[in-house]
Amino acid sequence: MIEPSAQPKATTAPSPPRRPDWTYHFAAQRGAWIALLIFAAMFTLFACEHPAGFSHNVINTAANKGALLALVAMAQTFPVLTSGLDLSVGMVFVLTNCVASTLVSGSPWRVAVGVSAVLGTGLACGALNGAVVVWGRLQPIIATLATGSLFYGAALWLRPSPGGTVDDGLAEALTGSLPGGIPCSIVLLAALVFFVWLPYRHSVLGRAAYAVGSSRQAAFMSGLPVARAQFATYVLSGFFSAVGGLLLTGLTLSGEANAMLGGSYNLSSVAAVVVGGTSLFGGSGGAVGSIFGAFVLRTIGDLLFVLDLDPLWQPLFLGVVLLFSVGLSSLRLLRIKNRLDIYR
Amino acid sequence: MLSAWTRKVDKRVLASLACIVLLLLGGSVYSRNFLSLAYLLQQLQVASFLGIVATGTMIVILLGHIDLSVPWVVTLGGMMATAAGGWGRIGGAVAIPFAFVCGLGMGLVNGIGVAYLRIPSMIFTLGMNAIAQGLMVVHTSGFAPQERATPAMHFLSVDRSILGIPNAVWMWVLTGGLASLLLSRTAFGRRVYAIGNSERAAYLSRANTKLVIMTCFGISGACSGLAGMLLAGYSTKAYQAMGDPYLMPAIAAVVIGGTSILGGRGTYYGTVTGIIVVTLLQSILSIVQVPEAGRQVIYGAVILAMLLTYGREEKSSV
Repeated sequence: MIEPSAQPKATTAPSPPRRPDWTYHFAAQRGAWIALLIFAAMFTLFACEHPAGFSHNVINTAANKGALLALVAMAQTFPVLTSGLDLSVGMVFVLTNCVASTLVSGSPWRVAVGVSAVLGTGLACGALNGAVVVWGRLQPIIATLATGSLFYGAALWLRPSPGGTVDDGLAEALTGSLPGGIPCSIVLLAALVFFVWLPYRHSVLGRAAYAVGSSRQAAFMSGLPVARAQFATYVLSGFFSAVGGLLLTGLTLSGEANAMLGGSYNLSSVAAVVVGGTSLFGGSGGAVGSIFGAFVLRTIGDLLFVLDLDPLWQPLFLGVVLLFSVGLSSLRLLRIKNRLDIYR
Repeated sequence: MLSAWTRKVDKRVLASLACIVLLLLGGSVYSRNFLSLAYLLQQLQVASFLGIVATGTMIVILLGHIDLSVPWVVTLGGMMATAAGGWGRIGGAVAIPFAFVCGLGMGLVNGIGVAYLRIPSMIFTLGMNAIAQGLMVVHTSGFAPQERATPAMHFLSVDRSILGIPNAVWMWVLTGGLASLLLSRTAFGRRVYAIGNSERAAYLSRANTKLVIMTCFGISGACSGLAGMLLAGYSTKAYQAMGDPYLMPAIAAVVIGGTSILGGRGTYYGTVTGIIVVTLLQSILSIVQVPEAGRQVIYGAVILAMLLTYGREEKSSV
């Protein structure tokens, strides 16, 4: 029994001076900040070199292209946070594009029903993925590959050949720009961040997702809803892919069951997530970083265009930049003191 | 006796063997030619390309990694082989080893990135895939390279020299036999499984884990290059994106064959059954007159159903 009056040991080392709070916040968001800086530098160069200069049109086109990938990359972020992966995002993106091109036209009432059907399709696809991964206990990579094939089949069934229409007003509202020259797609991204991502991030489910990514066992032991949190990440992933599909329909004004497109968005979304500072091992990062990651990837292509690089060299250059940017992360090896930490 | 045998054979492999029987029966109900020797040999020939790719994929998956650079390394193998075939007299002789070496080189770079730079394999091999694609785009458009397969490549993938069995199948038997020996009979193979279970433990038992990982990625790249060369021989020419239909089926075949995608568990004969399952499934779907949409849905649903019946992780409360 310790005496209540016992003094703490006099030899206790003085605690190191406390770092100010913002340094912790900054460290947690470092990846997103780096991606933002790279994007800002690249975009400034792009706009300066562009023959048409810093015009509304240039910005709007760049924003729309970037927002497409940004939405799919945000979708990918959710499962990655729990150290999962969703390789069906590209196919949900394609499927919802086909759904939108079929249903979203006609009277305002029908457009509203169509939009909810598109978003509902995304949620349903996500729920299927989540159920298969969480309660089916399948590995996410292989399970979502299989469901991706299902979704692509459904898209092909809806649209055996490219076509369809979409309501012009909605398309304009999604891809046009506001009077101030602010692209609507950016407003859409901001709205999703403020009304979906941030509330989610601070909810129990969101924090549980981060906890599951850091340590599943610890999250379970702390009584967090592990299964529900994982399920929610896949559902949200489906939702964001569906928003992406809707935006794609607004841009192309038609629908196409394009397997190549879906496949390339699958892979680019993973790349954008990593460039945006989210760890593939889960537990750190966030959807905002993925937005910047997506914009970085898209600006690389644009940059090559305005710098008059031979278009033939573009794919190679894109690969080199991608490898270089992920290669930077291996600099952390220099800081590791215990060699065992290198090995998982 | 029987129980000892069944205990030794993985339940998952038995399940995928059952799938093969079911698929064969299902196919024979639809068409009587399905069970003919000629048709089955042709299926085996088609399977051998997937088989060689999946051999490399399996070794990498056993480590707990994944190789997403398969599509364009396969294409690179095919294109390099045909391009080398155009170098006059020496060309024909070096074409085949050249494809192998190019694939090996790409694989080793993957290995350096994953093992030494410690970049997650999923993203590094993805980047290498983009680089291989970029290289091939530059290669095919800068000047006009030879794209026709050499007679030797054609011989290796189409001709039937021994026992009427296609040479491509013999190539698969050779690759698979070597891989299976490597995995089950050598210290290297033991280390592959050990790393898949825990790289940290393998490192602490003085295995040179980085070298093993790099070698495995090299093997995977070499298998892809080889498969690309054979494919070019099979279709008489190399073309863009010829490797695209091999990545996902290879992963599916390995997992259906009972290899854990987390690494450390799996057998080569399991992978062989997985490859046959995937090939038969694709073949049935192509002969049954279902539109492409239906085929995609059935393909996905069947793979999902197979995985749900026997590809699940062990149940744990955590």
